[in-house]
Amino acid sequence: MNLKKTKYIFLQAFKSMWRNRMMGLASIGSVTAVLLILGFVLLIVLNINNVALVTKESFDEVAVYLNEDISEEQINELGEDFKQIDGVLSVAYQSKDYALDKMKEDWGEDAYLLDGLQQNPLPNTYVVQLKDVANSENVIDELENYEGVEEVKFYEDAVNSLIAIADFIKKMGTGIIAVLLLISIFIISNTIKITVMNRKKEIELMQYIGATNGYVRGPFMIEGILLGTIGSVAAIIILMLAYNNVFDYLTARYVALLSGMSGYMVGVDMILSDLTIIFFTIGIGIGILGSLFSLKKFLSI
Amino acid sequence: MIEFNNVTKVYKKGFAAVKDINFTINPGEFIFIVGKSGAGKSTLIKLLLKEIHPSEGFINYYGEDITKIRKRNIAQYRRNIGFIFQDYRLLPKLTVYENIAFAMEMICCSSKYIRREIPIVLNMVGLSDKAKSYPDELSGGEQQRVAIARAIVNKPETIIADEPTGNLDNETSKEIMRILTEINKRGTTIIMATHDKEIVNQYQKRVIELKRGSIIRDVKVGGYFNEP
Repeated sequence: MNLKKTKYIFLQAFKSMWRNRMMGLASIGSVTAVLLILGFVLLIVLNINNVALVTKESFDEVAVYLNEDISEEQINELGEDFKQIDGVLSVAYQSKDYALDKMKEDWGEDAYLLDGLQQNPLPNTYVVQLKDVANSENVIDELENYEGVEEVKFYEDAVNSLIAIADFIKKMGTGIIAVLLLISIFIISNTIKITVMNRKKEIELMQYIGATNGYVRGPFMIEGILLGTIGSVAAIIILMLAYNNVFDYLTARYVALLSGMSGYMVGVDMILSDLTIIFFTIGIGIGILGSLFSLKKFLSI
Repeated sequence: MIEFNNVTKVYKKGFAAVKDINFTINPGEFIFIVGKSGAGKSTLIKLLLKEIHPSEGFINYYGEDITKIRKRNIAQYRRNIGFIFQDYRLLPKLTVYENIAFAMEMICCSSKYIRREIPIVLNMVGLSDKAKSYPDELSGGEQQRVAIARAIVNKPETIIADEPTGNLDNETSKEIMRILTEINKRGTTIIMATHDKEIVNQYQKRVIELKRGSIIRDVKVGGYFNEP
């Protein structure tokens, strides 16, 4: 009985999707479009934030990360040595504990995320102030040659402006997505409406016979859900292919520049599962809402 | 027992389609509801099917006040009633057999039960040899007989027929009436809205006559007109 019902519902859904394939494509397209824009906004914001966090590049400050295993004495020695380098204005020491405290302060409300750390992952650091930005490459080269130096990084104020840009994009994106969501719900509900009209006689008959709601509404709900799902799958594939290409291109091109760094861009594998969940939820949600709207209007005998 | 109790239906425009309707139908009765177009026959049927709700009064169906049935239970309620339409309403893409099976699949029934029951009802309406035909290969009378088979296959207590002979010629109408009478003899209540004078006069059943939304006559045995 249940198997038969399921079979009936899916069969009807597929049949009507095939019958209205043009409208179906339009619906799928609209879902895909919404999700793609959502995806682009998410990825841009995510990456700008990532760039801001990872690079910390600045014009007049350089951070020198020290090896974990060097002694207090060596650290002091290195500090003295750094001051002697040509082009260095001043040197300030930041212990790893201080850095962590500062990070907690910077993260504000999100600082609790850092509480779970077993040990402080941050390195002891010298912040080296440069006399002249143009000179920075030479200084960095020299700094890197010292034993006990793990890595040299640029700090920056630009981080803040990046975050501001990300914020702006986020807000713009939210507005655009809200409008597009409404449009795609409307398009799906119209598609379903056509199916309802096509099967008006059959639906009326079913209602007179006393068919349960599952039979009457099931096929339309499934049709909406399928349209939403296909739209989501398309969006995920398109977005991932596009992103992968951009990712490969950029990382290949700038790999020399970023040597040793994990990369400016968030890896595809890191976001795929989250994005899949978000896309399916929204895509299927649009489908269900679209079906409900059209059914509410037409099935009232 | 079906009971209409002071039922009035006023549509939005303020015009009363039926007013102050009172009658009782006992199990197993055969009843004609007659009257001109617009007299309120369709409104009565729609009220009984719970397609519309009375503005006043209540309708009792075998002890249940159907005005109080919740929306999600309407489907369940309608399974008590078989409905026959003037225009047959067969699904054109399904065969005779599939049309009847469709009505069973919607509400119950194992495939085994369906395979067993359909030949029985097809035999009752005299269409055993047409199981594999499509509706457009059948005459109007045959289509209506399929519709009757579909209406009785779920064994409802009551059958409502809305102008079942309205599209049919005299001979065919008689065949339909013969089948309906047969079904009635087996205990099913039949409520038939019609303006086919000849049939009503010939069969001499209970007649409820409507005029402008009111019952002007309710006789145990009678014809279409109020004759002595």
